[in-house]
Amino acid sequence: MSGAILSTHGLVARYGDFQALYGIDFHIDAGEAVALIGANGAGKSTFLRAVMGLLPVAPDMVRMGGQPVGGTPADRMVQKGVAIVPEGRRLFSGMSVQDNLRVAVDQADRLGRKGGWSLARLHQLFPILKEKARTPVQSLSGGQQQMVSIGRALLCQPRVLLCDEISLGLAPRVIREIYAALPEVRAQGTSVVLVEQDVGLAQSASDRLYCMLEGRVTLTGPSGSVTRDAIGQAYFGGSHAVA
Amino acid sequence: MQWLDALVQGILLGGMYAQYALGMALMFGVMKIVNVSHGDLVILLSLVGISLASSFGLGPFTVMAALVPLAVGLGWLLQKAVLNRVVGEDPLPSLIATFGLSLALQNLMLQIWSANSRSLPGGGIESRSIQVGGIHIGLLPVIVLVFAVALTWGLDLMLKRTRFGRALRAAASDVEAASMTGINPRAVYAAATAIAVGILGFAAVFQSLRSTVAPADGGAQLIYAFEAVIIGGMGSVWGAFLGAMVLGVAQAIGFRIDPGFGVLAGHIVFLLVLATRPQGLFGRA
Repeated sequence: MSGAILSTHGLVARYGDFQALYGIDFHIDAGEAVALIGANGAGKSTFLRAVMGLLPVAPDMVRMGGQPVGGTPADRMVQKGVAIVPEGRRLFSGMSVQDNLRVAVDQADRLGRKGGWSLARLHQLFPILKEKARTPVQSLSGGQQQMVSIGRALLCQPRVLLCDEISLGLAPRVIREIYAALPEVRAQGTSVVLVEQDVGLAQSASDRLYCMLEGRVTLTGPSGSVTRDAIGQAYFGGSHAVA
Repeated sequence: MQWLDALVQGILLGGMYAQYALGMALMFGVMKIVNVSHGDLVILLSLVGISLASSFGLGPFTVMAALVPLAVGLGWLLQKAVLNRVVGEDPLPSLIATFGLSLALQNLMLQIWSANSRSLPGGGIESRSIQVGGIHIGLLPVIVLVFAVALTWGLDLMLKRTRFGRALRAAASDVEAASMTGINPRAVYAAATAIAVGILGFAAVFQSLRSTVAPADGGAQLIYAFEAVIIGGMGSVWGAFLGAMVLGVAQAIGFRIDPGFGVLAGHIVFLLVLATRPQGLFGRA
């Protein structure tokens, strides 16, 4: 925990009068992959949005390298080394694949973010993005759009990559292709937070996991040693557990 | 021949309207803001230009060189001080704010320049013309059209080829997603408004050269800009340019039918487009 690259401390988030998160304590170390699992409405995406600066939270509730960064606007979180693959991909429609990716390259240059990701490197990871460089993003398949979204986030040269349901709505073959890219992302020293509904996939792709239920963490532990029974209890309700 | 003349004069008139419309299309495209004070800003800049010319004895293109940077600064300040506070998913706050600004600007102009009409002396450029195949073509309207084409081309090139243009297009597509890639939306908005009002710096010089201006004239310029943008298709710069051409030609043809029908003919084309193709003639459905 002391070496955490990113951590949250009693993170609380609201949508107007509705409280969505109730005191989330979380941490991730450099190069680590951590999965967030939970049913729909558990607060996983809200957690990522709060960390990314897309929801108002108190400064001390989110820390990077020990420094309070809660409530920092998203563009400045990118500058600090956090990038997100948002739910629904959120690509810039009307723009080509290349231009969607170049927006991230432009901003990383402007913000002085240095890292190992370049367009050429990304094309090695997802060769289809080179073939489709001039194609408007709205004409791509769901899997290809997800690759653009991941690529756009990687080109921000993040130290922490937040991935929100990157397998949602994709064919199993495409999901395998996308998840096969994660080891290379981690090999760059990038920490990965994976929000995932497929528990098996989340466990296999992460070092540790957190299970959330109704805005609270109900289970946390090493992904390899958390049992299916414990996850089942934490996922659907029951006694809180720390493995 | 008179219909060909109407077509030519309409296209030349469209050049003026295009200069009003480009900035409005840019602001709407990026921020979804309809700037009700758009026409008043043209008039304000025109009056400032006329005062500069009379105080320092400047020619129209020297006035333009002074006015455009001033307009850019004014646009940037307008966004920073007013519009960044009201921009958002709900279009009503920005509509109310710019309506209020329009009223305030009109009263400010009346206070400073009174209600009298004024114009910018052009040293004869405004009355020169050439004859091509029996059609008289004014030199000033040709210059206005050339500037309109150059501004539209330049703006389109900037949007497609530059880092800033890509950031503008990204923010126009999904501002939250743009912020997730490191774009500062408020800085992009301020730059977009600076460019939009900067273009009005050109329009202001031409407007005050081709006719007189008075503090209450902003409403007409706003309507022509709005109609051109709607006819062409909201948010597209070439759409705004072509919409301005259609509006200009409609007015010129209407004027040939009956001198009192010109402006109304433009409004009718605008209403027809709105009723049958609300996304504009050149916009996507």
